[in-house]
Amino acid sequence: MLEIKNIDVFYGVIHALKDISLTVNEGEIVTLIGANGAGKTSTLRTISGLIRPAKGSVHFNGEKISDKSVQDIVKKGLSHVPEGRHVFASMTVLENLELGAYLRNDKKGIKEDFEKIYARFPILEKRSKQHAGTLSGGEQQMLAIGRALMSRPKLLLMDEPSMGLAPLLVKEIFSIIEDINRQGTTILLVEQNANMALSIAHRAYVLETGSIVLSGSGKELSQSEEIKKAYLGG
Amino acid sequence: MEQFVQQLINGLSLGSIYALIALGYTMVYGIVKLINFAHGDIFMVGAYVGFVSITYFNMGFFPALLIAMLFCAVLGVVIEKVAYKPLRNASRITALITAIGVSLLLEYVVMFFAKAGVRTYPENVLPNLEMTILGVRITFTQVCIFAVTIALVILLQFIVHKTRVGKAMRAVSMDKDAAQLMGINVNNTISVTFAIGSALAGAAGILVGVYYNSIDPLMGIIPGLKAFVAAVFGGIGIIPGAMIGGFSIGAVETMVSGYGSSLYKDAVAFAILILVLIVKPSGLLGKNTREKV
Repeated sequence: MLEIKNIDVFYGVIHALKDISLTVNEGEIVTLIGANGAGKTSTLRTISGLIRPAKGSVHFNGEKISDKSVQDIVKKGLSHVPEGRHVFASMTVLENLELGAYLRNDKKGIKEDFEKIYARFPILEKRSKQHAGTLSGGEQQMLAIGRALMSRPKLLLMDEPSMGLAPLLVKEIFSIIEDINRQGTTILLVEQNANMALSIAHRAYVLETGSIVLSGSGKELSQSEEIKKAYLGG
Repeated sequence: MEQFVQQLINGLSLGSIYALIALGYTMVYGIVKLINFAHGDIFMVGAYVGFVSITYFNMGFFPALLIAMLFCAVLGVVIEKVAYKPLRNASRITALITAIGVSLLLEYVVMFFAKAGVRTYPENVLPNLEMTILGVRITFTQVCIFAVTIALVILLQFIVHKTRVGKAMRAVSMDKDAAQLMGINVNNTISVTFAIGSALAGAAGILVGVYYNSIDPLMGIIPGLKAFVAAVFGGIGIIPGAMIGGFSIGAVETMVSGYGSSLYKDAVAFAILILVLIVKPSGLLGKNTREKV
């Protein structure tokens, strides 16, 4: 479904991604784990078109998207939940969700999706008239996910959805991710919480200073000695 | 008391004009974080377009208003594309200096074509009516200025809060990356913002033309700066703030002219700017937003 072929990304003179290749198949949860600054966020931002690779290409359903605008990529069914949630703080929860459906015209479908998202996150319905900036961190994360789902994505990119959340909420967010996947959305998940990410992922890639150093099934990697030492705390 | 109410009425008309200009300042700042110092000159161009439409093409007030707004909208978009867009990722001071350059360019291009001297609007663009209520004199022109301003502000509020493009404008001004990820075209949204802001300045230009009758190529400098003060006073980037700021600066100015000396009216406006910057730099409606983790 998603295929990244040998991309190189630079920030000025900093070589952020070095010859990265990865694939995500339809129906999978694939996770990208690694330390801070390894290039996880840069990879996602390159996929969604916010930054351009200097070399290599990104293909989505067989079509090259790395030269398309962000809007076009969203239109094709790719949605990105950015790191740090990035909800529109001085807009209401309702307006945030409406913006998620910005490119859609099917009123009926949008209404259905509103109902679905409110069913999944009842707290968002309760707070629908409240400004997004007044929500707690966990609620904002739910809003960011809900907003991304409003575009009816085929592939959902999620950047550190567990960041800064209490352990109980982290568990909840991960079970939501699994649930979204079960309902047919393919997921590429970037996480620092390697333990949790590997436990729900079908496959995983390990990123280290801009290069992929390991890949395999979620199970394999969570049992690998190297991974245990480097990312799982023993 | 009569004197006070009279000055308040005069202040409302003047304040309307400041508010219209301040709205453009604040909208542009909100979306690209640029103090567009050429904005006062767009207001001046609006006054000239209105002048040409009325004197040479014999148009009425409302058609001329529309033409001035349209012309300024296009001008604003062109300026953004040519001068500011290439500098969007440059340091802010670069864009600011460019804005001053654009400002000078507009002033002297108009001076080249329209001569440096003062031009006068025809006397009776708007019917020369006036009424006196309890000793307070209100002219038809004043009523018109106020009515046009309120109508435009209501229209603006409608666009910003109820339409798709308005939602896009607010989203881009809050978070460009996130807005892009929603599928919003940031460049088009910035163009629309410049168009709307400049159209409002154009409207202010023709209103000043019919209110004071005389216009000149450098007329945009001082009202531009005062509208900037108004925008900062209300909280830069905040649309209702620009309204409140505009009306407040207008009222203060006429009060100072009425009770003190009109020599001091400019000084007072800028003293307000200094005070705001010392006491509450985020402005009357400005909030220091905290980030949640």
